[in-house]
Amino acid sequence: MADVKKRATREGMGEEIVLLGEENRNVVVIDADLGSSCKTDAFKKALPDQYYNLGIAEQNCAGVAAGMATCGKIPVVVTYAAFGSMRMCEMVRQEICYPKLNVKLICSHGGLTPDGDGASHQTVEDLAIMRSIPNMTVIVPADYVAAKKLVRKAVEMDGPVYMRFTRNAVPILYEEDDNDFEIGRAKKLADGTDVSIISIGDTVRLALEAQEILAAKGISAEVLDMHTIKPMDEEAVKESIRKTGKIITIEDHSVINGLGSAVADIMAQEGKGILRKIGVQDTFGETAPYDRLMEKHGITTEALVQCAEELAK
Amino acid sequence: MSEERTIQELQNICVDLKKHVIEMTYHAQSGHPGGSLSVADFVTACYFKMMNVDPSNPKWEDRDRFVMSKGHSCPVQYAALGELGFFDAELLNTLRKEGSILQGHPDMKRCPGIDISTGSLGQGLACAVGMAMSAKADGKDYRVFCVVGDGECDEGEIWEACNTAAKYGLDNLIVYVDSNGLQLDGPVAEIMPLGDIAGKFAAFGFETWNINGNDMAEVVDALEQATSAKDGKPKAIVGKTVKGNGVSFMENQVGWHGKAPNEEQCRQALAELDAAYVK
Ligand SMILES: Cc1ncc(C[n+]2csc(CCOP(=O)(O)OP(=O)(O)O)c2C)c(N)n1
Ligand SMILES: [Mg+2]
Repeated sequence: MADVKKRATREGMGEEIVLLGEENRNVVVIDADLGSSCKTDAFKKALPDQYYNLGIAEQNCAGVAAGMATCGKIPVVVTYAAFGSMRMCEMVRQEICYPKLNVKLICSHGGLTPDGDGASHQTVEDLAIMRSIPNMTVIVPADYVAAKKLVRKAVEMDGPVYMRFTRNAVPILYEEDDNDFEIGRAKKLADGTDVSIISIGDTVRLALEAQEILAAKGISAEVLDMHTIKPMDEEAVKESIRKTGKIITIEDHSVINGLGSAVADIMAQEGKGILRKIGVQDTFGETAPYDRLMEKHGITTEALVQCAEELAK
Repeated sequence: MSEERTIQELQNICVDLKKHVIEMTYHAQSGHPGGSLSVADFVTACYFKMMNVDPSNPKWEDRDRFVMSKGHSCPVQYAALGELGFFDAELLNTLRKEGSILQGHPDMKRCPGIDISTGSLGQGLACAVGMAMSAKADGKDYRVFCVVGDGECDEGEIWEACNTAAKYGLDNLIVYVDSNGLQLDGPVAEIMPLGDIAGKFAAFGFETWNINGNDMAEVVDALEQATSAKDGKPKAIVGKTVKGNGVSFMENQVGWHGKAPNEEQCRQALAELDAAYVK
């Protein structure tokens, strides 16, 4: 992967919402004093009449968004994943999801990506929390292109959506003209017969790297980008169960109630297959460079390869 | 127990702490210099003049407590703790490094002298209130000093905590608002105007002071008044400060909220601060 282009998913989101706001004047951004970090600067500049910064008051942002949604606005509430999924949580449940209002929670700095900030900002619980709230759709784009395509789908669909974006520049995996993104439908990035790797967000590139290494070792790995964690593409998971029966999930998130658990539910219902979950093992984050954190938690290409080799035996 | 230090001595300690902030964020190549520098005078006055703490026994149960509710300004608190000997001052430049006791935001489990873990804004004041309530419940006379940012005052929980402080007559609680006029996305007056901050605290039942928070004599004077009145009213000192105080190119610049200096900027900042020592 010599000169692969890299962009952060938050940047793709920041660019696309400007277009969405221009196309539909009911699309409004509600910032919580993290706009410059979450990349809403361009929206603020281009569409000042559709832009509100309510300061460091996330709970209020969620309520204001709900009120606006009842009046026909499509509020895009922007903050970090820690605050969008946890500080606002009960407001999201009560005022947004219960009445099924058309509010989009757009959260950056998901997972361990706010590496220097440490445990307070690193968020390995958000997908678990958000996917357990009824009426909520939960999406995690894998790259800059997917970020743009999926934030568009999220704003265009009716109902509450939680989207997790990340801080760091990651390799661009998809072609700009790839329009095959549907909420609730996994993208198959590699066909395989020995093991299936189901990945999400920043870990999709790790799955692709592992797939190449495994291919060289004679192991055929299927790779899925499960960008919508809820509603999950059950058919895709069932197909993997039928085809390989050996599934590895990988996520920059707790292994409790995230991607791995959602896949496990489907496998248990089917009563078939073996699963290995790679992710954060029920601990808080800490201050360290991102790559070191991922190594420490075993969320790496090497861990995937090793796991796949064991399963394929 | 007030330490017998002169205002001039405190001013010079404050410069030491500010230099640490610059060096620490330079070595980390991340962190928050702006709000650490604006609050340096208050941190100095608390730790080197007002507070009753024992660096060799950080968990001493009768100690005064300090809560950095705006946890991102921890570099200046770490500098004070290091200088006082809560841990080896050599560790200061491990800020934000892997395995460091000096996490990006304060971690009470790792760092001696940190009384509560913070980092998510708006929550520390409630914890400070809980500490002050415990002092009352246990008949102890320790005080609780809590720093909040002006942007942080956007959070509803700050005002929930204020109601609680008034209800329980917490005259052992001293809240300091580091009113530097800037938050992350821009000026407080633009992002979420707060109006008369001291007036708001007063309306919640606090005794209040408006001071120049970058004038050591004023800070010490306000702290002495706030810690002497046992009248059943919680105390709030609103310090008008300059974000990035003492480093010309950082002063009042929103861009220096969460950015580390490069080598050249670090050198210049240290030179400016060296010139600030009072002889
Ligand atoms: C709940 C929460 N929301 C957002 C943030 C991100 N954040 C960190 S610092 C900051 C601005 C703080 O402004 P202020 O309180 O005025 O601090 P200071 O100017 O003293 O640095 C923001 C929004 C956070 N840490 N916690
Ligand atoms: Mg401020």
